[in-house]
Amino acid sequence: MHYSALSLVKQALTGNRGWTRAWRNPEPKKHYDVIIIGGGGHGLATAYYLARLHGITNVAVLEKGYIGGGNTGKNTTIVRSNYMLNPNSQFYEHSMKLWEGLSQDLNYNVMFSQRGILNLVHTDAQRDASARRGNAMRLNGVDAVMHDLEGVKKLMPHLDFSKNTRFPIQGGLAQPRGGTARHDAVAWGYARAADKLGVDIIQKCEVTAIKRKGDRIIGVETSRGFIGAGQLGVAVAGNSSRVFDMVGMKLPIESHVLQAFVTEGIKPLVDTVCTFGAGHFYISQSDKGGLVFGGDLDGYNTYAQRGNLPTFNHVVAGGVTMMPCLARLRILRQWGGVMDMSMDGTPIISKTPVDNLYMNGGWCYGGFKATPGSGWVFAHTIAYDKPHELNREFTLERFREGNILDEKGAGASPKAH
Amino acid sequence: MLRIECPWCGVRNEDEFSYGGDATVERPADEASSDDWYDYVYTRSNPAGKHSEYWQHLNGCRGWIIVERNTMTHEIYSTAIASPSLPPGTKEA
Repeated sequence: MHYSALSLVKQALTGNRGWTRAWRNPEPKKHYDVIIIGGGGHGLATAYYLARLHGITNVAVLEKGYIGGGNTGKNTTIVRSNYMLNPNSQFYEHSMKLWEGLSQDLNYNVMFSQRGILNLVHTDAQRDASARRGNAMRLNGVDAVMHDLEGVKKLMPHLDFSKNTRFPIQGGLAQPRGGTARHDAVAWGYARAADKLGVDIIQKCEVTAIKRKGDRIIGVETSRGFIGAGQLGVAVAGNSSRVFDMVGMKLPIESHVLQAFVTEGIKPLVDTVCTFGAGHFYISQSDKGGLVFGGDLDGYNTYAQRGNLPTFNHVVAGGVTMMPCLARLRILRQWGGVMDMSMDGTPIISKTPVDNLYMNGGWCYGGFKATPGSGWVFAHTIAYDKPHELNREFTLERFREGNILDEKGAGASPKAH
Repeated sequence: MLRIECPWCGVRNEDEFSYGGDATVERPADEASSDDWYDYVYTRSNPAGKHSEYWQHLNGCRGWIIVERNTMTHEIYSTAIASPSLPPGTKEA
């Protein structure tokens, strides 16, 4: 069913009884040309672009829970492409361009809102670093605006601008095309669009083993039996190490938990995405009115989708320092997502030492904004058995070769990125 | 809140400690192959379950300890002094 203003009116006049399932619930076939493990945004987007752009429609997405129930449903929905290193800048900007046409492309409203993102700066050194990053962005054709204090006051009037605060605000670097999107709608939109092109989305189907014959993968054992695969793509975020352990591969990844929070709904207060530069804190306001915010990782290996109190205290302290009026609000919900923290802070979208096995992971806490671009280049990598120009440097081998992409310059310490 | 038992100071809250990562990786010899060095610097077993890891009692005695913890449940099985020259339970004068 095509969604349009006309279909809305038609359904409204007939009591909304004509809406049909957005995607099928098929039984797994015996064999697929391509199997994608992981029914999050990245896996679903990969399946969609395989079918849409490369004509590969005999595809299954296997999801152990329900689609979008992992990190796609557990993030702060921020979309941006404000990176400095060329490979990152170009990849995330490609993703941004896909976001800009995504609702039309999928015929599904992903509520992409380009309300802008503002990164505050508090010191001279930070201002210089931000200006440098802004210039690098502009050289890559990405929009960037450096604001002085007056500019920041216009964008975010409720911040603590006093001279006596611990970290006085000097200005900020903005990307006006950044913003937020509706996270669930991204998973649902890709699922519906992929399903329409013939992709089987199989939920409650956990992969328990990967079967090999010589150097090649022949299929996967699942909780719903063996399923044969011509090619196997893995897009399982925080569980990448566990899945690749099935083929005896150790990854340059640690799994960590990142918490996020949402307050009770209030009237419009924050109409951009804003990040604190003196601590790790970022905030935006959802369309329902809740303030959505997050901060640092809890900082130790974990697969538990929940965080602990010290980090919560730390995040809230940063938030209240930046924006004192937050102290009056009550927090409604809190959640934790398991992040696949790579050793250089940059994702891995790559072929692997196994011929027909492909990896999409190491997203750290930047996976949501990358969803369209990630699926787009991963589909290309699988379809042509070689990376696209945009993910050519996101290899698994870059660590061994010394070609790391360390945006933050933090070294091989996953919790520091 | 993790409650970690420092072998020197007793049970303390996690925010007195700083995390030091996987305690099973061993520094190779200087002349070891680049593959060994790659494994040491970059790859981790990253298990879902029992994990042996370094913590430093930063806001306490500043000693390094090894904690065995479950990464799914946060259950802590054991803690020990990290320095091989100081076996657990010994106290220096």
